[in-house]
Amino acid sequence: MIEARHLTKTFRDRKRGEIRAVDDVSFRVDPGQIYGLLGANGAGKTTALRLLATLLQPTAGGATVAGFDIARDPHEVRRRVGFLAASTALYGRLTARETLRYFGRLNSLTDATIAARTQRLADELGMHEFLDRRCDTFSTGMKQKTSIARTLIHDPAVMIFDEPTLGLDIMAARTIVRFVRECRDRGKTVIYSTHIMSEVEKLCDRIGIIHGGRLLAEGTLAGLRSRFGQQDLEEIFVTAVGAPPLLAP
Amino acid sequence: MNWPHIFAVYGKELRDMLRDRRTLISMIVVPTLIMPGLLALVATISVKVTQDAAAAIPNVALIGGADSPRLVAALRAHGKVSMVAAGDGWRERIAAKTLRAAVEIPPDFDRAVERGEPATVRIYNYVGELRSGAAVGELQRFFRAYGDTIVMARLAARGLPPTAIVPFDVKPENVAPPAKVGGNIVGGLIPYLFLMLAFVGAMYPAMDLAAGEKERGTMETILCSPVARIDLVLGKFLTILTASLGTVACSLVAMGLTLAIGGPLLAQKIAGGSGAAARRSAEQITALTTIDPLGLVGVLGLVVPMAVLFSAGLFTLSLFAKSFKEAQTYTSPLIIVILLPAIIGLLPGVELNARLALVPILNVSLAGKELVSGAWPWGYLALIFGSSCAYAAIAVALAVRTFGRESVLFRA
Repeated sequence: MIEARHLTKTFRDRKRGEIRAVDDVSFRVDPGQIYGLLGANGAGKTTALRLLATLLQPTAGGATVAGFDIARDPHEVRRRVGFLAASTALYGRLTARETLRYFGRLNSLTDATIAARTQRLADELGMHEFLDRRCDTFSTGMKQKTSIARTLIHDPAVMIFDEPTLGLDIMAARTIVRFVRECRDRGKTVIYSTHIMSEVEKLCDRIGIIHGGRLLAEGTLAGLRSRFGQQDLEEIFVTAVGAPPLLAP
Repeated sequence: MNWPHIFAVYGKELRDMLRDRRTLISMIVVPTLIMPGLLALVATISVKVTQDAAAAIPNVALIGGADSPRLVAALRAHGKVSMVAAGDGWRERIAAKTLRAAVEIPPDFDRAVERGEPATVRIYNYVGELRSGAAVGELQRFFRAYGDTIVMARLAARGLPPTAIVPFDVKPENVAPPAKVGGNIVGGLIPYLFLMLAFVGAMYPAMDLAAGEKERGTMETILCSPVARIDLVLGKFLTILTASLGTVACSLVAMGLTLAIGGPLLAQKIAGGSGAAARRSAEQITALTTIDPLGLVGVLGLVVPMAVLFSAGLFTLSLFAKSFKEAQTYTSPLIIVILLPAIIGLLPGVELNARLALVPILNVSLAGKELVSGAWPWGYLALIFGSSCAYAAIAVALAVRTFGRESVLFRA
């Protein structure tokens, strides 16, 4: 389970002064649920997810992930989280098998467990033909599969996805979407950030619309449609964040 | 600290590093092939140039001397210089290197010598030009011998023995073994080379493991795994240190082999030449290429904490960069910072004292000179080792602290 309470993160910028990247954000995600964090570029999605993954420390407020406080027990949180983002790359000079072994060891798994899980993940994801090839020779699809296997090697209870389909072709993106669904089906707690409306409509049980660091609206897709009186998620999003000014005629 | 995690990071980084062609070039190819190759090339060229200069018979212009046939005849018979008529523009010809020197014999030189009157012979040369210097040396030897012959003749005429003016001989005899002689001559150069190699060896991996990781997007991947940041830093730092010391070790082995095989070969080749000068050169080469191994071990012992300091310092600095290229901009100027104190240590007259023993790099450079020449100033060595370890510990602590800063790791 993920529970964010008044989560706030500010940065200091020499030119722009204090920036509130995440501003008093609260939400809850239960096991077996996908929570979609929908926002434009720079809305605060990545910062919010980095806070939950303990890559950053909150300025105020807090959160618990799988029962552990992100500020007090970051190590325990990371043991229970799988983090996949467009920006989380692979080590090009390692093979897929070496990558999985490395992250397995960092998760304090025994070599026997790592070998067994590597075998199972390779079966599930169809990785056998490139398991012993260096990652810098991979196609985008192979890289995605290896990244997915890397996030699952320690079988985490919570999955955090930060725009995982960014820059992918349609086939690679479909692999990711199918994988996210499977995570939910296995009872994992899933949080998924994106700015692609169709992905949210297809995947998410609950949706949070974030803009300027603030969570402006939250609920199920049906609930949001009813609240904003719109069927189209894009229209709901634009209404929630405030329509951009029209160009002068 | 979680040692299994530290070793997991270390093992992965080491494997990653050894698969990188650029690291292999800077860590193995440069120190093992290029450095000894350069050393051998420089030694061969300098020996050849010196030999050629010694073997060539320089052209020397004769100014005056028409009324001093005895001296002129002796000069022409000398054989080690070729006397030519001065003519106009002899100064320009020395500058143009068609003449190496000129000898001006004062009027009535022979008669002045006969009468026991003072006379001054002038030798004109081009200071700083190797072959001009060699010609002057040869002329001075000739005139000293010519003067000695005259003195001996005068003493004999008066019935006095040669000991009347030279009551005793002074002859220096070397008791230092060749290793110590070599240490004194190249002692300053060895720690300087080791320090440079330790720095260059750490430079590329430090940039790759900090800025390179950010640039490739793997930093975020590793930070979201359940490994403490201190363990990550220590794993990476140990990898950089391994590269730094590995570079020194590779270079040491390669240079050792070059000196052990190339030195005697070179000495043999030179000794094959004729004359005492060739024998002297061969002895010098033997001395240069024979270094006290215990002194080398001592220098290595002092270089280790310096390698720790370089590794941690370069890693910390590279963390501030977003890309490999930016890291290069930060770290490359540091080579000058390493070079300067090391060069100061090479200067004659700069001696190790308690204050200089606290100056990093310079202290190792100065102590290295002592160690390779067989002196072990234990008090200073303890001070140098202690202070170097303290600087190294501060650098590692700074690296750990910097790695914990969000503003550094996630710099926009």
